[in-house]
Amino acid sequence: MKKIINDPANVVDEMLDGLVRGYPQYVERIPNTGAIIRSNKASMQGKVGIVSGGGSGHEPAHPGYVGKGMLSGAVAGQVFTSPTPDQIYAAIKAVNTGSGVFLVVKNYSGDVMNFDMAKDMAELDDIPVKSIVVDDDIAVKDSLYTQGRRGVAGTVFMHKILGAAADQGATLDELDALAQKVLPNIKTIAVALSAATVPEVGKPGFELADDEIEYGVGIHSEPGYRREKLQPSKALVAELVGKIDDEQHLTADKQYAVLVNGMGATPLMEQYIFTHDLLNNLGDRGIKPAFTKIGNYMTSIDMAGISLTIFELADPQWLDYLNYPVETIAW
Amino acid sequence: MTKLTVTTAQQWLDGFAAAIAAHKDYLSELDTPIGDGDHGSNMARGLTAVQAAIDGQDFAGLKDLFKAVAMALISKVGGASGPLYGTAFLEMAKLGDQDADLGHLLDAALAGIRKRGGAAPGDKTLVDVWTPVVEAVKAGSLTQTVVDDAVNSTKDMVARKGRASYLGERSVGHLDPGSVSSGYLFTALIATGVFA
Repeated sequence: MKKIINDPANVVDEMLDGLVRGYPQYVERIPNTGAIIRSNKASMQGKVGIVSGGGSGHEPAHPGYVGKGMLSGAVAGQVFTSPTPDQIYAAIKAVNTGSGVFLVVKNYSGDVMNFDMAKDMAELDDIPVKSIVVDDDIAVKDSLYTQGRRGVAGTVFMHKILGAAADQGATLDELDALAQKVLPNIKTIAVALSAATVPEVGKPGFELADDEIEYGVGIHSEPGYRREKLQPSKALVAELVGKIDDEQHLTADKQYAVLVNGMGATPLMEQYIFTHDLLNNLGDRGIKPAFTKIGNYMTSIDMAGISLTIFELADPQWLDYLNYPVETIAW
Repeated sequence: MTKLTVTTAQQWLDGFAAAIAAHKDYLSELDTPIGDGDHGSNMARGLTAVQAAIDGQDFAGLKDLFKAVAMALISKVGGASGPLYGTAFLEMAKLGDQDADLGHLLDAALAGIRKRGGAAPGDKTLVDVWTPVVEAVKAGSLTQTVVDDAVNSTKDMVARKGRASYLGERSVGHLDPGSVSSGYLFTALIATGVFA
């Protein structure tokens, strides 16, 4: 393992301090917690707070999306480990200005349980809280016999939509209805070239041969659905778009937003090449995305690979929400 | 009926903490093929906090002791194990001052675990260790063999909850890490001599 760190046990703590000290105009840290909240307190007055979070290792998610127009707070756990309820609750309490707090949770058993416990704690203190569990990763079968689909990069679109609506005065109930409506329209699928190395573990979460890739890998090195020899970018695009098309039935008469997301160790050069092939592939289907984002938005430490999110803009207002200005580190 | 006291409960927790510390790397190794490789480090961090919270402290009763344990686990472990083990001790804390019967305490803990995580027996989770162990405690027949058999039974199961469920059939052949750490919990309980 070769990493720019001091002590594997301190990576989260030192990372969060670096982040808030580097960007004091956007964020601050609640002392002795992994909770990062907006430094612009006036921007939260009278608005519903939006809190997300999860294990660390997905930077810039989630603190990079904290700021006016997007999240009010983000809670960072240990690497790939859900934050604890007391810390989530600290963030809820800090961003509640009387209108309640909406939680954006990714569908992992740990995250769901810890955010549920925090919600129970908030309700005991009469803070109204509602939540959405994002499960956009179509690589996993959604069945009664699994945890269900994982929450991955498409969660960033959920943050953006809800953050814009909250900034424009949406109530807790309105945000709840909006989140439910948006959720089924976001679909994500990934391909990995190599696995992530958790600092405290010291070795990659799985092994792929030099010429091997795996489709459908999750953001914590969870297994995917198929391994094969490395393919050209065009073939990767065809596989990933094909998988999303099976679910979402892409058609020329609909509007879409796309997110090409680097998993951490994939250079932007490759992400742009992938995007070029993606836009050709979609173009052949008569589709020109109304909104495009390319870059590292929901990473998996140093995993090499790309995830593709296609978000069907079923309501034209959602495009306005995506284009709504924000003051964050990373959107 | 087997009663628990503050003294035996503290011995139990010390034994559990020692077992987790001794097997930290093994638990993380078990968690690597079917999880994310951090069960050992998460539990070790939690049990270090538990020891800091209870060592040298005088607790008036089981309620205060178990509450301190629960809060340490909930606030330090994270992941899925924190809420599950934390809920178990919180449920025991709720009973602790009225009822020190171990069968009743563990029964309440198991009900809390099942409610929090939604897992049923056979899902390849710690519920598969807790269920036969709690039955044996209530029947007055808990032995090390009951614990070991329960832990080993998870090896051939297909995971249906948690991160391991993404592997489906590929989870077969691996012990469930949470079941192994629960095995240490009950091995430590037997070692206190409460059943002797």
